[in-house]
Parts: sequence; C-alpha cells; structure tokens
Amino acid sequence: MRRLKSIGAFWYDFVVGDDWRVAVVVVVALALTALFVHAAGVNVWWLLPVCVFVGLGWSLRRATAGRRS
Amino acid sequence: MTALPLILTVFVACVVEAIEALTIVLAAGLTREWRSTFQGMAVALVVLAAIVAVLGPTITLLPLTALRLVVGALLAIFGLQWLRKAILRATGYKSLHDEASAYLREVAAAKAAAVSSRRGVSDWYAFTLSFKGVLLEGLEVVFIVITFGGNQRNMGAAVIGAAAAVLVVAVTGVAVRAPLARVPENAMKFVVGIMLTSFGTFWGAEGAGVSWPGHDAALLVLVPVVALVSLGYTVLLRQRPRAGLAAPVAHSSEEVAP
Repeated sequence: MRRLKSIGAFWYDFVVGDDWRVAVVVVVALALTALFVHAAGVNVWWLLPVCVFVGLGWSLRRATAGRRS
Repeated sequence: MTALPLILTVFVACVVEAIEALTIVLAAGLTREWRSTFQGMAVALVVLAAIVAVLGPTITLLPLTALRLVVGALLAIFGLQWLRKAILRATGYKSLHDEASAYLREVAAAKAAAVSSRRGVSDWYAFTLSFKGVLLEGLEVVFIVITFGGNQRNMGAAVIGAAAAVLVVAVTGVAVRAPLARVPENAMKFVVGIMLTSFGTFWGAEGAGVSWPGHDAALLVLVPVVALVSLGYTVLLRQRPRAGLAAPVAHSSEEVAP
C-alpha cells in the first residue's frame, strides 16, 4: 500500500508539480472549449491560451505573494 | 508540420535532462567506481528503452483526436510547471539550478556512503545513484518523446532528437570529465517551458474540437505569444519589491520536476 502511495505521489509530482491549480485551470478550460465547440458550435480557439496565461499569472502571483517586503 | 521543429524541441528539452543525468553519473563514477556506475546507467537505459518500445507504438494506435486532447492537456500542465519554475528562477524567487553545486553535493554524499556489494554489483551505492539519476531524468525525456512523437505521428523524429541530445551531452561529458556547468541550463529550461506549453495548448485545443486559424501555422504565432507573455510576467516580477532573493542551491538527484 505504501509503495502504491509513493508511486502515485511520484506521478503526481512528475506531471502536476508544485501547483495543482494550474492543472485544474487547464482541464476546466479544455472542458469548456469542448462544450462550446460541440454543444454551441462556436470555435473558441482563443479560450485555452487565455486560460493558460491567466492560470500562469495566478500561480506566479500566489507563489510570490508572501515574498513582498 | 515538418519534422524539424519536432526534432529541435525534443533535442533542447532532452539536452537539459541529459546534462542533469550526466552530473549524477560523473559524481558516481569519479568518486566511487566506474564499473558499477556504468551498470546502473545501462540498466536504467534498458528500462527507458523498454518503456518507449512498449508505449510508443501503443500510443500511435489511439485515435488522433483523443490522443491530442489527453496528451495536449498533460503537455500543457507539464509545460506550465517548467515555465512557472523558470520564471520564478529568472526573477530570483527560486534558486537557480547550478550543476557545479549539484555535483559537489552528490560527490560529498558519494564519499560518505559505505561500500557494499550486492547482486553481482561491486559498489551498490554507485549503481543505485547512477540508475536512479538516469531513470528519473530519462523519464522526462521519455514523456517528451512519446507525447511529441505520438501527436505528430512521427516517433522516429522524436527519438532522433532525443538520441542526438544524449549523444552530444555524453560525448561532451567524456571530453571534459566535469559537469557541464557553463551550459545556460536555466535559459534553456525557460525555452523548453515555452515550447511544451505552446504545443500542449495547440494540441489540447485541437483535441477538444477547435479549428485553429491558419491550422499548423497558428503555432508560429502561439509560440512567440507564449514567450512574450512569459517574458512579460518575468519583467513584472522583477520590478516588484521583495523580502529577499533566493541563494543558488543544488537540486537533489531525487527531484524529478524540472
């Protein structure tokens, strides 16, 4: 069981890394993109890049917020 | 898309990982014993080759749309992790990766460890240090090779890029017999983060059903835009006053994240 947990922790760290929120932003943005494209027929090619930039900025802000003098 | 951008991206990403693996192998070989170090490296390379041999052909059998959605998402998340760390390093919020310090740390640990032989290996410490170092750094190479090769339906080109990177670093390492501390590794990690994020975003959105304006040519816009936004965040963070800069410290060989 412990070995299984450590394997899971390794792969989580490998792919998701330090900030899980970034992964959530990407997954939610892809789900919304698929929804817009397939359900509403709107080609929202810009949605994922915008979410990626916002997610990166948010993550950087969180990582550096406590370091202000 | 031609094979050249694919080969170049995989090459640069793999050079970074190969340099980190080389540091660990050199520390084990020069401090302990070369035979056990090479045995550990060889076993790790066999494991990595087996992973590519099994997963490579399997992944290309999946439908392209589903593959691009899943792999694009993974690549975007993985790439953003690289990019985030690269920006934090470039702005002093995170310690710079320093191969010389990493080497000295590994050497100190290798000198302190006792010699013991196990399972036909004369120096078990050198074997495991080399095996773990090559395997962990190599897993990132395998991930990049499989995702890029699978998505482009060109596993051969991805393997060529990775093999060329490993060969260049190995030959240089043998020639200088020292960690490649003068390679601009942190700048290269920044570039790799940009490339992984751009390709992941492109393929992920395509997999979700998007039709990019200009099709593959959209990447020629997306990559510079990701680079500009990343540089913009770097400039913004550099301008912010902060409590203190991080001192450069080495990575541990256990660390798998970029």
